[in-house]
Amino acid sequence: MLPLSGARGDAKGIVREKSGSGDVLRGTSTLKRGFAHMLKNGVVMDVTNVEQAQIAEEAGAVSVMVLDKLPSDVRKAGGVARTASIKIIEEIMNSVTIPVMAKCRIGHVYEARVLEETNVDMIDESEVLTPADEHHHIWKWDFTTPFVNGARSLAEALRRIEEGAAMIRTKGEPGTGNVAEAITHIKKVNDELRAIKSVYDSDDNQDLIRIAREFKVSYDLVEKTAKLGRLPVVNFAAGGIATPADAAYLMSLGCDGIFVGSGIFNSDDAKERARSIVMATTFWNEPEKVKEAQRMIDERQSMLGLDVKTLELRMQERGGSA
Amino acid sequence: MSITIGVLAIQGDVQENIFATQKALDELGMSGNVIPVKTPDEIYKLNGLIIPGGESTTIGQLSLVNRSRTAIKEKIEQGMPVFGICAGMIMLSTTANDRIVGNTNQPLLEFLDIQLERNSFGRQRNSFEASISMDSINIPKFNGVFIRAPSVSSIGPDIEVLSKYEEKIVAVKKGNIIGTSFHPELTQDAALHKYFVNLVSQAG
Repeated sequence: MLPLSGARGDAKGIVREKSGSGDVLRGTSTLKRGFAHMLKNGVVMDVTNVEQAQIAEEAGAVSVMVLDKLPSDVRKAGGVARTASIKIIEEIMNSVTIPVMAKCRIGHVYEARVLEETNVDMIDESEVLTPADEHHHIWKWDFTTPFVNGARSLAEALRRIEEGAAMIRTKGEPGTGNVAEAITHIKKVNDELRAIKSVYDSDDNQDLIRIAREFKVSYDLVEKTAKLGRLPVVNFAAGGIATPADAAYLMSLGCDGIFVGSGIFNSDDAKERARSIVMATTFWNEPEKVKEAQRMIDERQSMLGLDVKTLELRMQERGGSA
Repeated sequence: MSITIGVLAIQGDVQENIFATQKALDELGMSGNVIPVKTPDEIYKLNGLIIPGGESTTIGQLSLVNRSRTAIKEKIEQGMPVFGICAGMIMLSTTANDRIVGNTNQPLLEFLDIQLERNSFGRQRNSFEASISMDSINIPKFNGVFIRAPSVSSIGPDIEVLSKYEEKIVAVKKGNIIGTSFHPELTQDAALHKYFVNLVSQAG
């Protein structure tokens, strides 16, 4: 069974149809969160065309994420980054059997509507694209299609879950090939989960409501999450992952799976790198196998990467205060 | 004797199946171990195996990497009960086709003489919950959770149909092998996991 903490039974995105044998429900939290659970221990790969999507599927990716440009190219190009071309998304949906996700801008309700009508399997309301609304995220309960959101802290993760996210990923710092920020974010979420669990275990309701006010989320969601001692949805690592060892380390920190953005298709050995990151994610607790995976790639072909301290654009800060 | 049931822990919703199987054992008042398994050594020691939901292309390819596929094949040939859920049922089948993409040429275990249609009910937006029944195994009402689910498009002579939904076959059985399109591990109801635990204890 799934944790359904914070789920809204009255959400507009839930479709109820009568059929011969009784009611049929679509868009419930069991279906949305359940879909994300099927991706666990897997790798979701950013792709920009059919060829890359097929390489990802052959390498054993559990899903592909369609973008117009890879995050590192978004950085180089500047300007406004929007959702990908619908025709390209459709072409990819018609050529791979694994689920297809796509990104929309933070707060852009109608980019999300367009993606839902396109029938993508999950929508990523993503800081990699230029935010459309600095003050609001999408009210995701209105959609039948599930959403994934980025978070740098437990407070951000719970705010997104309260808005209807069915899956969380760390933000990291996208398009840098630098895993440091993703490591910081997952550790912070883990520390904060341990902290609220201990408050819950000591039966200190006064402190739980203080935390809820600080987090800007409901007491109910904080209490249920504290009781679980983990997020009530799956939590993947994302942002800056470039090598098998990066992926294995994040899995060892308790992530449920991995998103790889620019790391694969901005390297010069995409096929081997895709396979090797999948292997390292599956067998992260067997260092011998992670070594084998790491041996499949050549460090001289890794994407060059960026030092996070010198960045002019910190994508992770987008939508963080809302 | 105490039974050991493994959940194949390559990719997918392993933990939910461990919980559901543990719950089944508790409700039956039976003792047993439920463990995640990945290596051939772990698989050889099992009395029963669950292949969970996930992505069948991923599970199939990675089970080749560490030879766990060979171990699973040998154990099933020796009569070990196995329960394949969604991607797990695809793994047990002889042929898989995608509704849109066509033949998938993916590595399969080829135990159930069935043809699978992947993503048979459409994409995630069309995933659904609906009431189904498995009368032949005394489960008259069950909440079927179908997530990008496959269906069985044709069956060989030795396959027993356990359930249909809107004329599509969604649960099958052959001897000690069960396959379902839907996810019993995502519900509170351990009835189907209890049925499997009983199969394992009788086979043991």
